[in-house]
Amino acid sequence: MNITVQGIGAVSPAGWGVEKLREVLETNTPLPATELARPGWTGGLRVRAVPPPQTRPAIFAQPRLRRASPISQYAVAAAMEALGSSVEKINRGEVRLGIIFCVMSGCVNYSRRFYDETLRDPATASPLVFPETVFNAPASHLASLLGSRGRCYTMVGDPGTFLQGLALAAQWLGEKQVDGCLVVGAEELDWLTADASRLFCRDSVLSAGAGAVYLTESSSAEGPVLSAVTDAHLFLRNQSPACAAAKMRAQLPSLAEPSLLCDGLQQVARADRDELRAWDHWQGARLSPKAILGEGFAAASAWQCVAALDALKTRAFQGANVSVVGCNQQAIGAQFLAKPAL
Amino acid sequence: MVTGAGVITALGRGWKENSTGFRSGKTAFRPVTLFDVSKQRAKFAAEVSIPENLPQTRLTFRQMKRMDRASKLLLLAAVEAWGQSRWEPKEDLPIVLGTTSGGMAMGEAFYRHALSTPSKHARQPTRVASYQCQRQALDVCEAFGIHGPLTLLANACSSGANAIGHAWELVRCGAAERVLTGGYDALSHMVFSGFDSLQALSTTVCRPFDAARDGLALGEGAAVLALETLESALQRRAEILGEIVSYAAATDAHHLTQPHPDGDAALAAMQEATHLAGLNPDQVGYVNAHGTGTHLNDSSEAAAINRWAGDHAAKVRVSSTKSSIGHLLGAAGAVEAVVCLMSLREGWLPPTSTLKTPDPACQFSLVTSPETASVDYALSNSFGFGGANASLLLRRWQ
Repeated sequence: MNITVQGIGAVSPAGWGVEKLREVLETNTPLPATELARPGWTGGLRVRAVPPPQTRPAIFAQPRLRRASPISQYAVAAAMEALGSSVEKINRGEVRLGIIFCVMSGCVNYSRRFYDETLRDPATASPLVFPETVFNAPASHLASLLGSRGRCYTMVGDPGTFLQGLALAAQWLGEKQVDGCLVVGAEELDWLTADASRLFCRDSVLSAGAGAVYLTESSSAEGPVLSAVTDAHLFLRNQSPACAAAKMRAQLPSLAEPSLLCDGLQQVARADRDELRAWDHWQGARLSPKAILGEGFAAASAWQCVAALDALKTRAFQGANVSVVGCNQQAIGAQFLAKPAL
Repeated sequence: MVTGAGVITALGRGWKENSTGFRSGKTAFRPVTLFDVSKQRAKFAAEVSIPENLPQTRLTFRQMKRMDRASKLLLLAAVEAWGQSRWEPKEDLPIVLGTTSGGMAMGEAFYRHALSTPSKHARQPTRVASYQCQRQALDVCEAFGIHGPLTLLANACSSGANAIGHAWELVRCGAAERVLTGGYDALSHMVFSGFDSLQALSTTVCRPFDAARDGLALGEGAAVLALETLESALQRRAEILGEIVSYAAATDAHHLTQPHPDGDAALAAMQEATHLAGLNPDQVGYVNAHGTGTHLNDSSEAAAINRWAGDHAAKVRVSSTKSSIGHLLGAAGAVEAVVCLMSLREGWLPPTSTLKTPDPACQFSLVTSPETASVDYALSNSFGFGGANASLLLRRWQ
């Protein structure tokens, strides 16, 4: 049995949809950064924001999304694209759907707003805003819109968490707990996150959006398939990020040529150092979505997977490795094959 | 098998202090001192007294000094569980934890500082790092010399139960021989204010399942369990504290913060948990309810328990220990699983001691005063914002 990728979806600074993502990645040119106002500063923080959709997705008119923050909108749009026509089966209850939502910063727009209201006067802090601050609010909206009653987990951690989400989906599918599993990584922009991120890597450009992968278990020979997810190698006092990255690299099986590495390089020396070292002997093709789109944390690792899967479909690669050396938790890798191994 | 359990709540630190408190139905609420609540409707919470000196582990003095409140709670529970389990450091020991807000108080401090002195960054990186859930979990890894992997679940108030359930599944499916798991959350101004803004906090006394209930009370704490296969426990001749026999999770799509009035998803979780264990509800001797004390949760959960138990409802013993320690959010499911272990192992049922007039919607038998009872199976319910519902079924080890 294979863990088959049934669909992919993306919302990114490149625009809404996988096609927009592909177009921008093919240019191999970093998108221009804009400035996000930061209170107390005359200048702003450099970010890459998601452009408004050309046409507002009809699903945004649903009551659940009326007050939802951008992260929920991005997550829903990417998820719907990944699910495609499977949405109808899910709505009819014909598919036991699992949802795994992955974040690092999460619903920071409303969290900042609600805490600000609390500091000003807690008696007037908005009860409409608070529920949207909770980590699992986007996953809840998604489950509600899909009418899903099955498992719905929100996983928190650094960018590697999205790959942990893929591994968990494979586990659920393997144990027949679900018929299909949607893994979504999403983040939204806020000056607070951009300011915090800047403290660790001044040249990193923060971005936002979502990526989604819809997986099922199938015995058919149709691909692409998720063939491996490495262990999550933690960054600890006695295990440096470089060491963790090297272990991740060593755990990924070799690929038939032509192959692709979709890495997390940002073209920022400090941020890229450990991952560059781990992959310095890589001979295949290379794609670095974050260098073009920016650091989108859980959304960025989702874009890496989506970009790798899209390349398997549209180009002649046999397989693709996705490498994530996270900010402060773990190094983890995943491997996709264009077709299941016989 | 559970071979280690650590717990810290406002009732005290460790199994013994908590067992004594829960068994007697002691309540642990006091005026909030951690932040200013003068402008809030509610003024009380179950604050934990954290010892000044943390236990000796592999953490350096510097690492311990920078720990936030949530990290300390988690570490204290983990040290107890680890010590009880007598596990040795093992590189690939998975850790699965649940939380709703990680080090939220550090995030609050970061925000205040970023606004008040935008050009000064002293200690800001530490605040950012400590705010994130992975920091608390990595501290536990460092404390015991373990390398994970690390899974952090944030399914609102069912996070702790989901974490234990996921850990149990890892052991059950053979993905791991042992897993360290649990949940933690510390009180924070933002979360307190959030529940207060929803008018979900009691302004009197938290009285789950009481006809006159007026809301929940918040608390803080942590619980950590050492789970392992029976073979591993027997081989080590470990003391077995109890067994987790099943776990189920379901999603309530009704509303972001309100459960379905009939408790459909809660019922689904309870039914699946008993079904997976091959049990009927009449074999479950005690239900530790989610029982927050809000109108909506308790009426929905009462409906679910009534439906789940069916004709047997009048005989089902139910209580909510949130009447003693408040709602611990991401820690609630983990702490309540430990309460179930205590009940099963020591032969008592914890009362909802603040309950005066049971809600007539409750067709089941509420435990209102300390009781001695020998029970074989206990079910622990955890329901959360966003419709996250989970049930854990535990068995007495004999």
